[in-house]
Amino acid sequence: MEKNKVITDCKVLIIGGSAGSLEVLMKIFPRLESITSFAIVIVLHRKNSEDNLLEELFMLKTEIPVKEVEDKTPLKPGFIYIAPSDYHLLFEKNELLSLDISEKINYSRPSIDVSFESAAEVYQKSLVGILLSGANSDGTDGLNAIKSFGGTIVIQKPENSKIPFMPQNAIKNTSPDYILDENEIFELISTINSK
Amino acid sequence: MINDREIEVLINDVFEYYGLDFSGYSQASFKRRVNRLLQLDGFKNFHEFLSRVRTDADYFKRMVEEITVNVTEMFRDPLFYKVLREEILPQLGTKPFIRFWHAGCSTGEEVFSMAILLKELNLLHKSLIYATDINGVVLDTAKKGIFPLQMMKQYSENYIASGGTKDFSHYYTANYGLAKFEEELLEKMVFSQHNLVSDTSFNEFDLILCRNVMIYFDKDLQERALHLFDDSLAKLGFLALGTKETIKFSPLKIKFQQIEKEKIWKKIK
Repeated sequence: MEKNKVITDCKVLIIGGSAGSLEVLMKIFPRLESITSFAIVIVLHRKNSEDNLLEELFMLKTEIPVKEVEDKTPLKPGFIYIAPSDYHLLFEKNELLSLDISEKINYSRPSIDVSFESAAEVYQKSLVGILLSGANSDGTDGLNAIKSFGGTIVIQKPENSKIPFMPQNAIKNTSPDYILDENEIFELISTINSK
Repeated sequence: MINDREIEVLINDVFEYYGLDFSGYSQASFKRRVNRLLQLDGFKNFHEFLSRVRTDADYFKRMVEEITVNVTEMFRDPLFYKVLREEILPQLGTKPFIRFWHAGCSTGEEVFSMAILLKELNLLHKSLIYATDINGVVLDTAKKGIFPLQMMKQYSENYIASGGTKDFSHYYTANYGLAKFEEELLEKMVFSQHNLVSDTSFNEFDLILCRNVMIYFDKDLQERALHLFDDSLAKLGFLALGTKETIKFSPLKIKFQQIEKEKIWKKIK
């Protein structure tokens, strides 16, 4: 694994997480300055009923503007997009986001695999996927899809994860480009497209 | 994983053999559904799947069922139903006769929810609810008014959260794991097959509900469906969409006024 390799052609950074991942994001996002050349998409396992709480939380915690995701919302660089509760989030070829209420995958809707796989096909080598803490095996297939389309995959260090199962499962079954703790994840995001 | 070229072949063949046009479906979702079906039914490759679809009309039916998503529940998004109950239906209730259209009604759970609301508001007698879907199989289920008993706990909670005050169980009779809803609710429902891709307007309505159906369409087909709804709405009629759907990306938005933050629009022009 090559440390501090700068990712130069990223269009979309997609982050998936479950139990224990929100805390990580709440440490990383307040420290991030504005992004201009890529979009951040966040797919977290969340309760059906919580409405827009997660969006509001991010709006409070980061300078980067958060766009509400509705069906066919255009995906633009410079913004954060959060997968809404109880829908799968998909990526269209014409840079729009689509939603889907089909059956849960890995007991989850939104499912990280569904979004990662869909983004992988559209953004290919311009995609960076990060998988964080969680107690579910969601995300592993999605990381493999990102890798197979030439994207970069990053997994949170299990010893740095509150619930290490999800990162461990992914490390075992993929070939990660990076295995990082939350501080290193922050540094990696900060250097994306900086050259 | 099948590729874009294969998806194109499938869409062309389905149109040629069966006359159903999936070309306006959201690519991302359609491809995912087809991939899932190939996996689920154990096809070795795309070719094997395609020839089954071409030669076996029953299998084609299954394909349509699996590709058109039929996830629904009674009083789904209870707060939406609360707004219907407290604001929209009382407004419509001043009319001598009210026409509803559930477009893409699937197995009918939302249609029964509407009938229950209308009954409680004492409007059912002067209402007519048209319920349509592309898929005839789900309509046959809807017409029976019989749903799995195990779902009733969830539906009852939704009903209460939507402002319902009755005992939900008095709307159905439980038997052998099934809940059969009372006949009176069915009396004002008309079920028929209708395809938002190719069919035209068939009546004028005061409220059209099309929730989580257009999310499976691409932008062009969404536009077609919205025009169809616009043509089918009486002036000052309402259009209701799913909680994450919007008409704000369509030029038609200027003809509608959104009801506060709800996914309900009033036709003003």
